[in-house]
Amino acid sequence: MALLTLKNLSLGYDSHVIVENLNLTVNTGQYLCIVGENGSGKTTLMKTLLHLQEPVSGQILMGDGLKKNEIGYLPQQTIIQKDFPASVREVVLSGCQGRCGLRPFYNKAEKQLAEDNMSRMGISRLRNSCYRELSGGQQQRVLLARALCATRKILLLDEPVSGLDPIVTAEMYSLISDLNREGITIIMISHDIPAAVQFASHILHIGETTFYGTKNEYLNSDTGKFFLMQQSHDASRTSALRRTEWNWKGGECYV
Amino acid sequence: MFDKLGLYLQYPFVQYALIVGVLIALCSSLLGVTLVLKRFSFIGDGLSHVAFGVMSVAAVLNLTNQMMLVLPVTVICAVLLMKTGKNAKIKGDAAIAMISVGALAFGYLLMNIFSTSSNLSGDVCSTLFGSTSILTLTQKEVWLCTVLSIAVVIIFVLFYNRIFAVTFDENFARATGTNVNAYNLLIAVIIAVIIVLAMNLVGSLLISALVIFPALSAMRLFRNFRSVTVCSAVLSVICAFSGIIISILAGTPVGSTIVAVDVAAFAVCYVTGMVTGGAAI
Repeated sequence: MALLTLKNLSLGYDSHVIVENLNLTVNTGQYLCIVGENGSGKTTLMKTLLHLQEPVSGQILMGDGLKKNEIGYLPQQTIIQKDFPASVREVVLSGCQGRCGLRPFYNKAEKQLAEDNMSRMGISRLRNSCYRELSGGQQQRVLLARALCATRKILLLDEPVSGLDPIVTAEMYSLISDLNREGITIIMISHDIPAAVQFASHILHIGETTFYGTKNEYLNSDTGKFFLMQQSHDASRTSALRRTEWNWKGGECYV
Repeated sequence: MFDKLGLYLQYPFVQYALIVGVLIALCSSLLGVTLVLKRFSFIGDGLSHVAFGVMSVAAVLNLTNQMMLVLPVTVICAVLLMKTGKNAKIKGDAAIAMISVGALAFGYLLMNIFSTSSNLSGDVCSTLFGSTSILTLTQKEVWLCTVLSIAVVIIFVLFYNRIFAVTFDENFARATGTNVNAYNLLIAVIIAVIIVLAMNLVGSLLISALVIFPALSAMRLFRNFRSVTVCSAVLSVICAFSGIIISILAGTPVGSTIVAVDVAAFAVCYVTGMVTGGAAI
């Protein structure tokens, strides 16, 4: 079933178009990774999908009974949150806001939902801790639990692993894969093309060339081959650089 | 000392001052937490200077009911300032500084050129520092203040969860269907109303203190939003009450005494927070 359909969608700011004529359908249960260079319009696409900004032209159609406010969203962290005095429970509960309608307070079902999602993310014991004092990985789990309160169907993740160490990054990826297996459709922005290829079922590559298809199609496409090669090339180059740096530092030590 | 206090408390003007002072302190502290976190600490200052500027315009125009002009203009300025918060050409703090200083200068200029009073610096001083106006409140003003304060508290309680969501993460709130613009507008209007009310109490220079000190003190002690909000309201009320009592007993200016008590409370909270490591829940 098509959860989201983009029809001739063009994106951009103030009539300045970044991405043109995007056509794709996202089906229930897919794990879609959006990759591309900085400034290629990944975040703009996500904001448009969330109705935070209007598309320049074209349409976003929602299927499968998905409502506008039923999209779970894991944003990048803001500066405000760095010193915000909020307990984990308060943050997670605020994900239920969209369900309240005109009701001013949360009801029992919503409070239970927040509890359930906290235990799903393994943060129940942190429920009364202060959000700003958690580690980066724990904070992402809190925000993920909040996003899960807002949706049962689809999650949009904006670079969920940026700034996390490799171990926590791996945990985060497996957490997201688990959610996907439970039937939640995932749309994720990522810089990390190797990880995207490892976990996603579909890839959308935007930039000079736009590509949309399954993971295997991407691996066999020219765009995919080119970028994967470049990233692995980059990776080996940085590790080589790091080695020389080490040697150099080591040399200085001996002097 | 208690006899003296008892004697003073029998006077209606002292009772009025206490009622109005406590109510305004309560209202201003409620939104203080949100404003501090949204990096709008100085909005109180900016808006109160706007109110000062408009008041001098009203005085020059010889309006009998200054509120009719002051309140709407301040509300409009508040809305503009909150709106420009994110994507404006002039960023939040610069915009506030601009409006604040500009309005202050124009206000004083107008008062100076079209002066009708013999004691100009006295007038300016009392508008800026609110030296005596709290002791000359009429019964009608007390009622107006009471009604508006109760309205502010009710609105805050009803929209508490939404204000939290909008303050913590505007984009998430918007994406999940909360009408963020409407709540930002609501916050702007409430803060403007509070500031116009509070000008009577502490004058325009010291309003920021009423807005930010209780919030900052509470944030030293507590680490979740509800406790911080409740604590800042309680602190603010206690400080305002004791400030007014002290000023009556010691014969000091009301506004600056309240602020001095707020500062002292902040120092106490800061030290307590350091000792306990903010361990209180």
